[in-house]
Amino acid sequence: MGEIRLMKGNEAIAEAAIRAGCDAYFGYPITPQSEIIEYLARQEPQKRTGMVLLQAESEIAAINMVYGAGGTGKKAMTSSSSPGISLMQEGISYMAGSEIPCLIVNIVRGGPGLGTIQPSQADYLQATKGGGHGDYKLLVLAPSSVQEMADFVPLAFDLAFKYRNPAMILSDGVIGQMMEKVELFEQMPRSTEFDQSWVTTGKRHDRERNILTSLDLDPARFERHNHHLQEKYRKMKENEVRYEKIDCDDAEYILVAYGSAARICQKSIRLAREEGIKLGLLRPVTLFPFPSDEVAKLAEHVKGFLDVELNAGQMVEDVKLAVGKKVNVEFYGRMGGMIPTPVEILDVFKEKFTGG
Amino acid sequence: MDVQDIIKEENLVFKKTRLMTDNILSYCPGCGHGVAHRILMEVIDEMGIAEDTIGIAPVGCSVFAYEFMNVDMQQVPHGRAPATATGIKRCWPEKYVFTYQGDGDLAAIGTSETIHACNRGENITIIFINNGIYGMTGGQMAPTTLAGMKSSTTPYGRDTRLMGNPIKMTELIAYLPGTYYVSRQAVHTPLSVRKAKKAVRKAFETQKLNKGLSFVEIVSNCNSGWKMTPVEANKWMEQNMFPFYPLGDIKVDGEIVSK
Repeated sequence: MGEIRLMKGNEAIAEAAIRAGCDAYFGYPITPQSEIIEYLARQEPQKRTGMVLLQAESEIAAINMVYGAGGTGKKAMTSSSSPGISLMQEGISYMAGSEIPCLIVNIVRGGPGLGTIQPSQADYLQATKGGGHGDYKLLVLAPSSVQEMADFVPLAFDLAFKYRNPAMILSDGVIGQMMEKVELFEQMPRSTEFDQSWVTTGKRHDRERNILTSLDLDPARFERHNHHLQEKYRKMKENEVRYEKIDCDDAEYILVAYGSAARICQKSIRLAREEGIKLGLLRPVTLFPFPSDEVAKLAEHVKGFLDVELNAGQMVEDVKLAVGKKVNVEFYGRMGGMIPTPVEILDVFKEKFTGG
Repeated sequence: MDVQDIIKEENLVFKKTRLMTDNILSYCPGCGHGVAHRILMEVIDEMGIAEDTIGIAPVGCSVFAYEFMNVDMQQVPHGRAPATATGIKRCWPEKYVFTYQGDGDLAAIGTSETIHACNRGENITIIFINNGIYGMTGGQMAPTTLAGMKSSTTPYGRDTRLMGNPIKMTELIAYLPGTYYVSRQAVHTPLSVRKAKKAVRKAFETQKLNKGLSFVEIVSNCNSGWKMTPVEANKWMEQNMFPFYPLGDIKVDGEIVSK
């Protein structure tokens, strides 16, 4: 059993980054995720593992520092919250185009604009449908506990390097700020081998020079590059779908929720069961790739879905696409930093599906 | 003496560096980029550091620098090269990292990244090509466009009351404690090429010292954008650009040497 600690979600990510053998963190402070860079600064990761830590002058600089480090095969990461992630979209799009692996953490807060520092899930569409310009996808993991905040860091790096693609941990202010017990994995070594087929660490005499670019003015060649990217995303859909099902086997209705909303829904389904209502919970863990097949399978034998999010209804679009016209899909969301209670969600469910 | 005698090794007077590829340059005939590329690659070759060098290509005319420079390269978003170079150098402090940027890239959209990389004293080399115009997009006003100078967005000349003043980025960053070697050069005559190459060499040698950032501005022409012949452009550059952007070292060994 690993070391057990009581930690904030943000601290767990930072500690996990050091332990996962992350080579470099570049970031800019923003609420509600500044604990990540503060924790790292206190830990002096350059002394613990040799990991680079640098506070950038902006989120734009931070993501481009990640670009540079990631382009040399190093495990590089950044973290921010919604407005900062918007600033990073240019760099993220370039990294997707140049196929540079990295980890981006978004501890989402309410928007639009400067919005609020309170938690929200309003960046689902930005995270899962591209976010910046051009046709691309990120691998998106949605932790719903402090434990997963830690565990998803090495997972995200593994996936990012497996597909040479940026990966994102999409969390929110609830998971980032709350404290829970977390079992920390053992220290992993930092990488010493770099894939010479693509890294820009200096042209060795035994290989051609490597170029990382997202630019190509030849339409036919550039279409082939886009097809290649799309093929990667198809493989992610085939191999990387992750989700959790709670009480779904005998369920007549399903709540669909991720991250902090899923934590609240866990309690709602328990309350429902106490009342004899057969309610289950499907929690997507990967938001891209989305567990569409599992939703479709459940749609074969349940009477309806209630999708719950801390936004105006974003993931519900993916749920509806997967369900089709088989059964009714309803949505309930709170915005602006408001968080629904378990009873509130159950009441909404009853109102929409069982006539109150 | 026949041709075979002439091409003998001992008769060699000039050889293209192996660090320039055989790709045909995408620059206009008469443009200074080609020479700037060559001296940069010659310095890296002569120092024997090609295997440990990573270059950053910008957005602008020199976006395709990686097509011509036979070293590992990253092409990055507009203006962000100093941040990207920072990311590489911090992870690989023993490597040589350079950026190659134009005036729009470095002195307009990338002002923040430029100033902060200089101010942190990153041990990288920035090569800054200043031709006072946006070449690739068709000759629009650059941050370094001279007062009164015509461009496609200042067709009646740059009116500094409306469009601001040309920015002397090189003087500006020379006063930051993080820069160690700062120089302004040109590549339009054999003499200026020799001087510029010496400055680039000093810039790369500075990286070994770990004492801060080295920065070489090359004032260059854009005969297409300026709508002149190459010869006219070089003459115009001497008469108009050099008085405002005077050539020579500005900071050497961490000390300001020219005011």
